[in-house]
Amino acid sequence: MNGSRNAWIQPLSNPLLIAGIVLLLVVMLFGPVGGLFVDKNMAKVGSAMPDQKPSLEHPLGTDTVGRDILAVVVVGTPLTLRIGLIAGTIGLGIGTLFGFLAGYFGGWVDTLLKGAADVLLTVPGLLFLVVIATTLRGAVSVDMMALVVASLAWMWPTRTIRSQVLTLRERQFVMVARLSGLSGLEIIVRELIPNLLPYLAASFVSAVSAAILASIGLEALGLGPQNQLTLGMTIYWAQYYTSVLRGLWWWWAPPIAIIIITFLGLFLVSMGLDQIANPKLRRAA
Amino acid sequence: MTLGYIARRLGVFLIIMWLAATVNFIIPRLAPVNPIREKLLQAVSFGGAGKTDLERVVAVYEEKFGLTKPLWQQYLTYMQDIIRFDFGVSIANFPSAVIDIILRALPWTIGLLLLATLIAFAIGTVLGALIAWPRAPSFLNAVLAPLLTLSAIPFYLLGLILVYFLAFNLKWFPLSGGFTLGSIPRMNLDFLLDAAYHSILPALSIILASVGTWAIGMRGMMITGLEEDYITFAEAKGLKGSDIFWKYALRNALLPQTTALALSLGFIVSGAVLVEVVFGYPGVGTVLYRAIQTFDYFVIYGVVLILIFAIGLATLIMDLLYPLLDPRISYQKR
Repeated sequence: MNGSRNAWIQPLSNPLLIAGIVLLLVVMLFGPVGGLFVDKNMAKVGSAMPDQKPSLEHPLGTDTVGRDILAVVVVGTPLTLRIGLIAGTIGLGIGTLFGFLAGYFGGWVDTLLKGAADVLLTVPGLLFLVVIATTLRGAVSVDMMALVVASLAWMWPTRTIRSQVLTLRERQFVMVARLSGLSGLEIIVRELIPNLLPYLAASFVSAVSAAILASIGLEALGLGPQNQLTLGMTIYWAQYYTSVLRGLWWWWAPPIAIIIITFLGLFLVSMGLDQIANPKLRRAA
Repeated sequence: MTLGYIARRLGVFLIIMWLAATVNFIIPRLAPVNPIREKLLQAVSFGGAGKTDLERVVAVYEEKFGLTKPLWQQYLTYMQDIIRFDFGVSIANFPSAVIDIILRALPWTIGLLLLATLIAFAIGTVLGALIAWPRAPSFLNAVLAPLLTLSAIPFYLLGLILVYFLAFNLKWFPLSGGFTLGSIPRMNLDFLLDAAYHSILPALSIILASVGTWAIGMRGMMITGLEEDYITFAEAKGLKGSDIFWKYALRNALLPQTTALALSLGFIVSGAVLVEVVFGYPGVGTVLYRAIQTFDYFVIYGVVLILIFAIGLATLIMDLLYPLLDPRISYQKR
């Protein structure tokens, strides 16, 4: 049980984790705080002169259909994060459930769940999502998009949690708990989950990151929500109107920058959590 | 290697293919949209003809394509077609068969992906091994941070940035395409050089964004590997440092690294598909993108199945090649 307590104190001294959390906080607060200063109506088509360079009036310029880019990213950032968080939460939930079932019960449950996760991992997830999104096409909203992406966000959590449960199951404190008459559920909640927290957190981060990646991938192919301006859709429209070849850098650069900061934050957090969970990695860092 | 192992591995491959094909059959049939009706509607609205007879036309085509038959019968016909790689005809470019469109694009994708992935894997693996190696120059450590930062960026966003700076601003590379427009794709030196020149940027965006991942994975493996007894023994024997590095430490850390490569093939292909879209590269990614833009359902499903098939096949081959890399692997059932 000592391990779990250390895991709570250590994060404060892990610079990677702190840096990642700071980056993520910046991205998360960007939408709400930006909304205080920016008129969100400026993100609508035709609310400004098209193709304007950044100026005092439009700090990040405007796009070809007359949207203020700053307003667009203020509106879009929370939408993209929303897809990531919904899909990541569902992915972690299913993954944790499957991981526990597979690791704790073993046998055919394990064979089935681990087999399914392994098989799906080798398949290019984006392509399955393309088939689903093509089918749903025209009716996609941000939340549905999140559900579509979530359908393939549970495999890594399943694998991680399963292998951790397998090693924990045989530890002495679990044995002691079992001998002292705790039920299976009590053992899972009171003994296993506290010890798994760093892994659960890491799985959540990787699920969110995979979900955002998949969603902007679908959006780049034109399968995203056509009338909601997520960051991925903004990049899609910028591509659609060949903004790169026309030198309209202020159109595509801001959404890309925010996405990169988001991924960097998620990446740093997962590296930090990894170091906390596997002290061996820290030595040469 | 035992026959049993090959048979088992082949069985898994066939099950994946069957599942993928079945999913590809079921999901579109759950959809409320009818591709034939949608395409005809589109044509009618362009042509300006009356809408009255549309339903009858749709009915005729449904009859013709067997969509009125019971579902299990449709499924059997579908499976028979899939086994022969018959994915139907394109709706957008009518008489072309889907498989022909894909086969024309596939060499471009395979060429780009194979080269970019192998280069990234080789550089990343050696770099990661060197970073963990105590006797390596220390500036290598400084390379890791920027490479890791790049690896957090999706391939295709990095591609967009590279196009802007290296092709649009500096004009070092072509903006898009796989060869100079107007030249005829032929197997001669001029054309190959032209194609190679056009593929530098797409390849670069894949390589830059994935080297870091391979390097950090290899570094972790090396750090644990270097503590092993056989390294101490090799040092005690007085072997040359470079021999210990290449033949002992690196070789033993290579197997998990290759497993990681096999596991991430799907991820790499998904990323490369999007890179092709950014560069207008004439591979399957661009075919898929155009098909989505033009509601060309049969092409979409065909591309998805072919790519899943290709990745499954690649994974199968890699699995069968493991013993060449590492004789410790036994193929007995665990």
